[in-house]
Amino acid sequence: MKKHLKRISCLFFLGTALLSSGGCATTQERLLDSETNQLQLRSIQSRAFETTDQVKTLRTVMLTLQDLGFIVTSGEAGLGSVTGSKWNRGLMIITVSVRPRGESQMLVRANCQLDKQLVNDPVPYQMFFSALSKAMFLEAHEVE
Amino acid sequence: MERRVAIIACMMGLIAQAACVPKPTPEDLRLTPETQVNRQLQTRVFETSDEAKVLAASSAVLQDLGFLIDESEQQLGLLVGSKMRSAINPAEVTVMYILAIMARSDPVYSERQLMRICLVTTPSMGEPPSTSVRVTFQRIVYSNQGLGIKFETLGTPEIYEEFFARLSKSLFLEGKEL
Repeated sequence: MKKHLKRISCLFFLGTALLSSGGCATTQERLLDSETNQLQLRSIQSRAFETTDQVKTLRTVMLTLQDLGFIVTSGEAGLGSVTGSKWNRGLMIITVSVRPRGESQMLVRANCQLDKQLVNDPVPYQMFFSALSKAMFLEAHEVE
Repeated sequence: MERRVAIIACMMGLIAQAACVPKPTPEDLRLTPETQVNRQLQTRVFETSDEAKVLAASSAVLQDLGFLIDESEQQLGLLVGSKMRSAINPAEVTVMYILAIMARSDPVYSERQLMRICLVTTPSMGEPPSTSVRVTFQRIVYSNQGLGIKFETLGTPEIYEEFFARLSKSLFLEGKEL
């Protein structure tokens, strides 16, 4: 029993030591999410639509978020952004920004977080842009 | 000694739980077969091109229902409101107290709930011109220890019916300028 306890304690202290040594570096880095590839992330999160109507695009984004079960918690036409949240195995928060790109396009960027973690898997974003594309009756173009 | 083992086990459990973070799946942002049904339940079309009037009437309904307006953006046709209400259910409190006494721990039960409403208006330039209103509800239930323990979308056909009945009435009142 004593031996068993000693082993559990050892494992526990080893675990905490590992977590704390790694934690010092990584928890601070999360401020700027330095470990993620910014260009790749931007490409995953963005699509261009052939329209110049920013307000209409934002309105369609809000309706799409409602379709996906989000409650829109804030929206600002001046800055061109909308934020929504829903509960899906964890708190999911999404911010979508819409801004002009060139003379004939709108760049839509979605930034999603699930339970304290940035979503950087491309597939959920593909699903979001597919839903938005249907609502806008426009094709979503990938951007570099 | 037993206590030490229990503490270690608890700590290990906490660490394991911290490591278990939900992973995003395609379903998180995918349209479901229920989307169309929900959209119909949550939306009503009013035969007016005056979107500002619909938003003003909606804002009055939110206030009638005790919501405080957290966010409004006329250019996007958006209204967001919330209210804090009690979530105490005497039966739940009794059960949780009995369980807590048996487990020699503190009882945890639903104490208050933050209820949120999001309303989005969309003008349509069809013939006749109209404005559609889509409304969604959500609530977060907090425990007596202040932790969010339930986060859910609310809304039954009856809730939407009642809300839109009130909105129709409010629009009529706005029209009459009473």
